[in-house]
Amino acid sequence: MREYLDFEKPLAELEGKIEELRHLSDPQGMNIAEEVAKLSEKAERLLHTTYAKLTPWQKTQVARHPERPKALAYIEGLMTDFAPLAGDRAFAEDAAIVGGLGRFRGRSVLVLGTEKGTDTETRIEHNFGMARPEGYRKARRLIELAGRFALPILTFVDTAGAFPGIDAEARGQAEAIARSIEASLAAPVPYIAVIIGEGGSGGAIALAAGDKVLMLEHAVYSVISPEGCASILWRDAASAPAAAEAMKLTAEDLLRLALIDAIITEPLGGAHRDPEAAIAAVGKAIEAELGPLLLLAPAELKARRHERILKMTSEVGA
Amino acid sequence: MSWLSQYVRPKIRTLLGRREVPENLWHQCPACQQMIFHRDLEKSLKVCPHCSHHMRATAAERLAWTFDPETSVSIELPKVAHDPLRFRDTKRYAERLREAREKTGLEDALRVAHGTIGGHKAVVAAMEFAFLGGSMGAAVGEGILAAARLAVLQQAALVVFTASGGARMQEGAISLMQMPRTVLGCGLVKDAGLPFIVVLTDPTAGGVTASFAMLGDILIAEPGALIGFAGPRVIEQTVREKLPEGFQRAEYLFAHGVVDRVVPRGQLTATLAQVIGLLTVREAA
Ligand SMILES: [Zn+2]
Repeated sequence: MREYLDFEKPLAELEGKIEELRHLSDPQGMNIAEEVAKLSEKAERLLHTTYAKLTPWQKTQVARHPERPKALAYIEGLMTDFAPLAGDRAFAEDAAIVGGLGRFRGRSVLVLGTEKGTDTETRIEHNFGMARPEGYRKARRLIELAGRFALPILTFVDTAGAFPGIDAEARGQAEAIARSIEASLAAPVPYIAVIIGEGGSGGAIALAAGDKVLMLEHAVYSVISPEGCASILWRDAASAPAAAEAMKLTAEDLLRLALIDAIITEPLGGAHRDPEAAIAAVGKAIEAELGPLLLLAPAELKARRHERILKMTSEVGA
Repeated sequence: MSWLSQYVRPKIRTLLGRREVPENLWHQCPACQQMIFHRDLEKSLKVCPHCSHHMRATAAERLAWTFDPETSVSIELPKVAHDPLRFRDTKRYAERLREAREKTGLEDALRVAHGTIGGHKAVVAAMEFAFLGGSMGAAVGEGILAAARLAVLQQAALVVFTASGGARMQEGAISLMQMPRTVLGCGLVKDAGLPFIVVLTDPTAGGVTASFAMLGDILIAEPGALIGFAGPRVIEQTVREKLPEGFQRAEYLFAHGVVDRVVPRGQLTATLAQVIGLLTVREAA
């Protein structure tokens, strides 16, 4: 059973009807087939129009869709010879951030991702993609490893944010994030980040201060969740749709503000309707960006990366 | 607080105007509720003489307390476009900015000056909490970068006093990008072999803590300051546990190895001078 979002209700009804008809065995089978074809066409049109004009709040829901492909799906789909690596060498392994070595299009790379999990068990295992300091310290360690072996870095970002917990604060959550940003900026190798779902605040930028930042069409990227923003500025979490609108968190907004470099088109109806196609599109986009970066000497690469970040003041969007 | 009026001689009251008198001459400590005479409070650098509570200070006070007398020169910070997203919540961001500017006399939540501390060249950047909670948007990011570049130009130490609720939400992802931008700023200072010292004051949170604030060569916290990434209320709602005593306070961070020192305000300038001296003057005269 597909999970439908609130705004997909008309679509759910239509697709439900189609399913029902398909299971009817009727002497007038020809008519049913015709009806199914007609309704299917209507459903596709509806899907098209619905997804062509998603509001920022609807996109936030799509970005968080439980069936949307998660970081590990991209790693499995795009890497061969994947060798997972773990641990911060100080305290613990944090499965909210997954990482390792692998080959992308035959080339050895380092890959990192914030993993939300796909069912109850794996969601708990990965702490819903919300990392503790150990996760960011592991990321920093692996980023530095990639630098020493001249391996390009690919990151898949999908997180509501860093984990807000007592233990996380006690072990220096802020410092761990800051160091991961610092290591990202200093890496002497190509660094491509893809926002695949939710790019939530400091927990996202910890893995996204790279040479190129790509965003899936329905992904969102913001400084705080719409709910968090609404409860602080509107003093009412129910104003989340208004906050999502105001914060300019869609891929289109961020491209216009020159805070990301490209948008990756999703399959009709969102990545969750055709994960394989979404993963393939991401692979193609990474390949296109990686080629030119591989031609740059480390010093030039870093200089351009820093220039890219330094330009991100409000003049850009004014 | 009618008893207060008995402490203020009627003559002074007419001289200063009715409304200003009690507030300006006497302050109540928010921690122990005791009253403190304004001159005593000035002398104690806004530390309660009864309970040692460190009250919040303005950016201007930070600069005045830190530099050697008559050595400091304020610098004008680069201008950035206001309200890039034309953000509006229950009020327009442009309106909030206008009010904050009126209230503080500042363009944004940061003051930067250069001068000497104990004879050592230093650039000091102080965040202004009274300006929209000291939140970091493009202007603060630009200001931190300007301070870092000035420190490199002058071969001076960079000292930053933080006081911030975190990122400026009204600037959306632009405010998020100030995290890597300011990290690059402190990188410039470090690459130049100059000291970068952060003084964490009450409160320091969110994207400010998780970027330049935690990257100082030396981290000093003021007693009792709330310092963290996530806010205590968010944590309480997430873990549904009572927070431990003193959680996220300077002393708690010290015990957990997050900061080098907890230094009372009265010793702060001397400590800065000492540390900058030890880092930069290798042979004492
Ligand atoms: Zn007191």
